[in-house]
Amino acid sequence: MSAAANIPVYRGRFGPVQAERLLWRAGFGPRPGEAERFAKKGLNGAVNALTHPKKERLVGPNPVDDNKRPLAPYDAWGHDHLWWLDRMVRTSRPLVERMALVWHDWFATSDRGVGSQKLMIRQNELFRRHGLGSFEQLFISVTRDPAMLMWLSGADNEKGSPNENYAREMMELFTLGADRGYTERDVREQARALTGFRMDWVNDMPANFRYDPRRHDDGAKQIFGKRGAFGWQDACRLCIRNPKHRSYLVRKLWSYFIPTPPPAATRSALERLYVRNHYAVRPVVEAILKHPRLYTGPRMVKPPVVYLAGMLRARRRGIDTEAWVWLSQQAGQLLFNPPNVAGWDDDHWLDTASFLARWNIASRVLRPVVLKESEAAPLDAKKLVERAHEFWGAPPLSAQTHKVLHSFASRALADADRNWKKKQYPPLVENALRQLIAISPDLQTA
Amino acid sequence: MSDCCNEFSRSALLRKAAAEAGAGLPSIEPGMPLPAGTGLDRRHFLARSVGLALAVYGAASLSPRFLDEGIAQAIAGPSDKVLVSIFLEGGVDSLSLLFPYADPDYQRLRPSLALPDSGLVFPEDPRLRWHPSATSFQTLHSEGKLSVLPAVGYTNADQSHFTSRHYWEVGDTDPLLRTGWLGRYLDHAGTPDNPLQGVSLDGELSPSIASARVPVAALSGPGDYSFWTPGVWDQVEERMLAAVGQLGAARGHDPALSGARSVTYQSDLLRRQLSSFDSNFASPVAYPKDAGDFPSQLAGLAAMLGAGLPLHCVAITANGTYDTHSDQPKSLANDLKGASDTLLAFQRDLEARGLADRVVTLVWSEFGRRAEENGSDGTDHGAAGAGFLMGSRVRGNMIGEYPGLRNGLDGDGNLKATVDFRSIYCSLIEQWFGADAGPVVPRAKSFARVPLLR
Repeated sequence: MSAAANIPVYRGRFGPVQAERLLWRAGFGPRPGEAERFAKKGLNGAVNALTHPKKERLVGPNPVDDNKRPLAPYDAWGHDHLWWLDRMVRTSRPLVERMALVWHDWFATSDRGVGSQKLMIRQNELFRRHGLGSFEQLFISVTRDPAMLMWLSGADNEKGSPNENYAREMMELFTLGADRGYTERDVREQARALTGFRMDWVNDMPANFRYDPRRHDDGAKQIFGKRGAFGWQDACRLCIRNPKHRSYLVRKLWSYFIPTPPPAATRSALERLYVRNHYAVRPVVEAILKHPRLYTGPRMVKPPVVYLAGMLRARRRGIDTEAWVWLSQQAGQLLFNPPNVAGWDDDHWLDTASFLARWNIASRVLRPVVLKESEAAPLDAKKLVERAHEFWGAPPLSAQTHKVLHSFASRALADADRNWKKKQYPPLVENALRQLIAISPDLQTA
Repeated sequence: MSDCCNEFSRSALLRKAAAEAGAGLPSIEPGMPLPAGTGLDRRHFLARSVGLALAVYGAASLSPRFLDEGIAQAIAGPSDKVLVSIFLEGGVDSLSLLFPYADPDYQRLRPSLALPDSGLVFPEDPRLRWHPSATSFQTLHSEGKLSVLPAVGYTNADQSHFTSRHYWEVGDTDPLLRTGWLGRYLDHAGTPDNPLQGVSLDGELSPSIASARVPVAALSGPGDYSFWTPGVWDQVEERMLAAVGQLGAARGHDPALSGARSVTYQSDLLRRQLSSFDSNFASPVAYPKDAGDFPSQLAGLAAMLGAGLPLHCVAITANGTYDTHSDQPKSLANDLKGASDTLLAFQRDLEARGLADRVVTLVWSEFGRRAEENGSDGTDHGAAGAGFLMGSRVRGNMIGEYPGLRNGLDGDGNLKATVDFRSIYCSLIEQWFGADAGPVVPRAKSFARVPLLR
């Protein structure tokens, strides 16, 4: 019996509401009509379309900067952020991009310590290539990835003077979890096993990343109680085969899609599925995306770039301004610049500062399509709410939010005590409703 | 690392961002007639204690009595105490900050990093010298306004940045505790309607002030905190702003939705509070120019306190990255200079504004660094590290002692703590706030109290 057989699968109605939630959790929200199209595929068909996507197509206008020029993602500050945001907005493979975001957070590398957008984007392409494949292969590739070698001092780690930076984080953050299955001695011995990488500075830029056996400490090491003349790939494989790894991976991967921890039986079944498939990510993600908890459990706060990319997808708008760089930063998520090696804190996206940033993101999305006071709009609260709701693709809203919107629109229209106000207020009210829906607690979560 | 140009373009872009975000639009568009008859749905409110005018919007639809009382109670009285918590992120190397210049063990453990005698004497322990970039710390200490903790930490220190920082933030060695130590103090002593009582100025909520019951706030700066939407003005704008608070006031069972509502509600309250603050304030002293956002954050904080805004606990991350695994000498010198000069400027600012007796600043880092250097011109994670208390009311003495490199290292070669950070927390809660440390620090009774104030 396959391990997958022990994992519950959602059996309830799979309509546009469920499809919409799936598209937010496994991607960047629906384009207009997309939730309905995915609902028609049924749960299995919808999940399969995400986990086995066809060749990528980028749908929509090419990205440009404030001067309508093409982006320079390797060179211009912030254009790396715009380059990836564009992929999130235009991709036909949303789960591949969403997994790249998961791995960027998991192996959180920041350009603050790398100093090369080119190396950061090279690392990003690794996440896209291996994102649904073998975690072991991904981990080995990340370990020798130039951006990571810069970020966690891997190229400074040489025989005779080991640097523990990567050795510690590879266990604490990437594979095992803090104080799970390793000791301070293992940190020191792993650092020795990882010695040998080096690089050069050429014209003040990092270059010539390579493995130099002369800088490798080839003596015996003792890691997790095993003894051997371990090298850097052994260091990685030992972590993956450490009995504490599978539970760490399953719990952490699950947490990106579902906010409450997996039930014990599901967790151990997912661990068996992961090991049986030789540490492949795709079957685990598929099982999570079909799990009843995803559809019947509580909502999740959208990460800032997901919130932004989703609004642009809903409006079919391409990347046409550099404002998304600083607005995303204010909202707490500048891509390629996570706060530290543990990544972003997914439990604390929203506070009073990031709320203001999200308000500003929404108003910036609205700016080019703002209704002028001379434009016609009905002097009817109910109709104005419907129009503003349709503007965002009619996303699900709670009864309480509907009530606030209606009461706002009725009161604002009742203020129109002069003829000029009766003409001018309706478009103003519709603009305000678009803003209120975009920043409503309902649209901050999915 | 060659990211100086990178830094430059980043700060340029952020300046542009701040300018754009703060631009807004006048509330009434040029050419629009003023609304007659109905009048603006806005009432001015005078807080008698400090004579501060607050504009309260949309009060009719949000229970005016509640707002009036909340803001009136929240306005800081002249004797309200403020605690500022400043974090040096990454684990600052205490053995460079105050270093045993003549100790042969120091020369042996730090063959390439050992600093030469800076001549900056630390009179309380003649074995030690201040880092050559820390002249401002020496100034503050010689004036009796800086208490020095040369080896603060806890036993069996965790060498993970995140775990150790978490312990400091929650005030306990419990990985699962979800409220900060200052947040718990505010839950105990704060009010349900003043988000400014606990503020982080980093633009994101600091875990130290994370509370369970009362509202707290995060600001990217004390500047403009207002909500603007294109194509919305006049009474419609007033109504829209009132609706924001109503979106946040709804109730429900879903935790994420409730969390988003609560932040919406707090953001609306905060906007009302800050609408009185003039963000074009002038500082009475000069702050350093090249220490990131840290100088402007502290300058803004002093101005907010000067304006009588009801701040109580404030958390800020200092400039600099102190996780010096490599290239330590240059980056540490640079970052320490920026941080210590900014702290001195903040103290001078408070003195000039007559606020110095109301503010104590705690400076901390998640751990110190390994006594032995690592061979990449850097140091790896250690255990006990340096901390400070700054202010006109602190005793200005050494708290705990410098344990030395001969007998003061643990089995991993890291400095042992001579004072527990929770002793400092308990003592601050009791002596500075005059409150009970029991509900704030778990097992508070088990930690020795240290006299902190003069």
